[in-house]
Amino acid sequence: MASGDDVTSFDARLVRQDIPLLHRSVNGHPITYLDSGATSLTPRPVIEAMSRYYEQHHANVHRAVYVTAEEATATYEGARLAVGDLFNARNASEEVVFTKNATESFNLLAKSWGRANLQAGDAVVLTQMEHHANIVPWFQLRDEIDIDVRFLRVDDEYRLDLSNLDELLKGAKLLSVTGMSNVLGTINPLRALADAAHHNGALVAVDAAQSIAHGPFDVQALDVDFIAFSAHKMLGPTGIGIFWTREEILQAMPPFLGGGGMIADVRLDGYTPASGPTRFEAGTPPIAEAAGLNASVLYLQALGMDNIAKHEAELTADALARLDAEFGDVVRVIGPSSTIDRGGVISFVVQGVHPHDVAQVLDQFGVCVRPGHHCAKPLMKRFDLAATVRASFGPYSLAEDTNVLLEALAHSVKVFA
Amino acid sequence: MSDFENLYREIILDHYRSPRNRGELPEPAKKVEGFNPLCGDEVVVYLDVTDGVLTNIKISGHGCSISQSSASLMSAAVKGKPIDQVREKIATFKQLMMGHEKKLVNEDEQPKIDVRALGELAALQGVVKFPVRIKCATLSWNTLSQGLDELSL
Repeated sequence: MASGDDVTSFDARLVRQDIPLLHRSVNGHPITYLDSGATSLTPRPVIEAMSRYYEQHHANVHRAVYVTAEEATATYEGARLAVGDLFNARNASEEVVFTKNATESFNLLAKSWGRANLQAGDAVVLTQMEHHANIVPWFQLRDEIDIDVRFLRVDDEYRLDLSNLDELLKGAKLLSVTGMSNVLGTINPLRALADAAHHNGALVAVDAAQSIAHGPFDVQALDVDFIAFSAHKMLGPTGIGIFWTREEILQAMPPFLGGGGMIADVRLDGYTPASGPTRFEAGTPPIAEAAGLNASVLYLQALGMDNIAKHEAELTADALARLDAEFGDVVRVIGPSSTIDRGGVISFVVQGVHPHDVAQVLDQFGVCVRPGHHCAKPLMKRFDLAATVRASFGPYSLAEDTNVLLEALAHSVKVFA
Repeated sequence: MSDFENLYREIILDHYRSPRNRGELPEPAKKVEGFNPLCGDEVVVYLDVTDGVLTNIKISGHGCSISQSSASLMSAAVKGKPIDQVREKIATFKQLMMGHEKKLVNEDEQPKIDVRALGELAALQGVVKFPVRIKCATLSWNTLSQGLDELSL
């Protein structure tokens, strides 16, 4: 874990030097990347770690005895330990499962743990601000075994309404909640939610996709039971996701996908699954991606998770203040106006201009933002919106990015006025 | 004209700001809804058909300037037309929107589009330079086409 971070050691401009993509131009402008909520940009050490695997260590894992095969296995298993260290897993080699992405991690949770531990009538409590990845697998399970899916409301301040939390948790086996909304930027009170869930006999799963790369995250301190996130939102590569749970829970979970790599024995009359995380990793896993993930963890830790959180909080406060001062009459921010417990994701709508049109104008200035429903349609419906424009920060973001955003925004207001 | 200016031509912005045939029909021969699941855009097309003629069309829903102006331009282009001409317009417009894919096949095999026959609709041809937006432009047309299919016309 990053601790005792030296604030003076963190410089977003140095981070930018490491990121090749920030040095290209788009539509005649230097790129202004404000879509880290969708995917983060990749620093050179991460790219090099993946190249190194392909150039020096490319072999399959857990099989052969030759040198490069041992190296590939060490790389892959090493990534489990590195990523476990990022969120303080107690025994990462027995608790961290590699998936394809955060969505697959939620499917693993619902389809392995859920099927084995839930029965008709058991409740799973979600929130109105969840990403579809933490909604649809539960609806699929409901179709299969008739569980009860309940939702915590989001209040008018864009925070979770906890007034009926205990009521919703009655008879619940699981509370599955996002650490930070990918639309609102709201950071949820995970420890308090975990305490309430445990008090009512439910376990707690956290969608950490938007949390993991933007500040310290400690599963022991938060006392949560499952987390899911993806490497590509934490400066790592696409194609690898992370699922974590406590060792004793993982050991009792049945296999999810079947095939090679996930077995201890296969006979003509059946099979015996492997123990530990490999039970859930059928087929050749994302080995190069694990190498990239390992490098991204080291990179983030070298920056310091507290430093990143502080940097992004400053950018967010500055952007919110300037949006309000310069566009207060035409721009409505969909998210908390307070910067406490709020991350660097800023959703907004521009009066009279559809989010897709705003984003198209911004693209003319090389500004990358995301228009749409952000895979959170129930949340959109809650606030009677079809779509928003979302700008989101990463450790390489600068206040200058906000300058360009606001300049381009003024132009889009003009085009459609 | 840049690709961007070509996309947001004045005629498109005009149809976005002042959409034609906007509203609902109280007892339409057909009401059909279309969705773009990627962006949440929604269009509802109301049709009245008498003796093989599309006598009235109204459009409601919400979406971006491209989807809304395309719906408005479409309604103006097909209202009062015999169904076979409406079908023709739909086919020609969809051909226009396939412009960027056309370049992948033999140029000689290109079906020729009569741009003049498209009238104001030709203003939407700038959309093909922005592949993600083609779905915005075709949403109302696909919805209309579905409505005609369901009426067996």
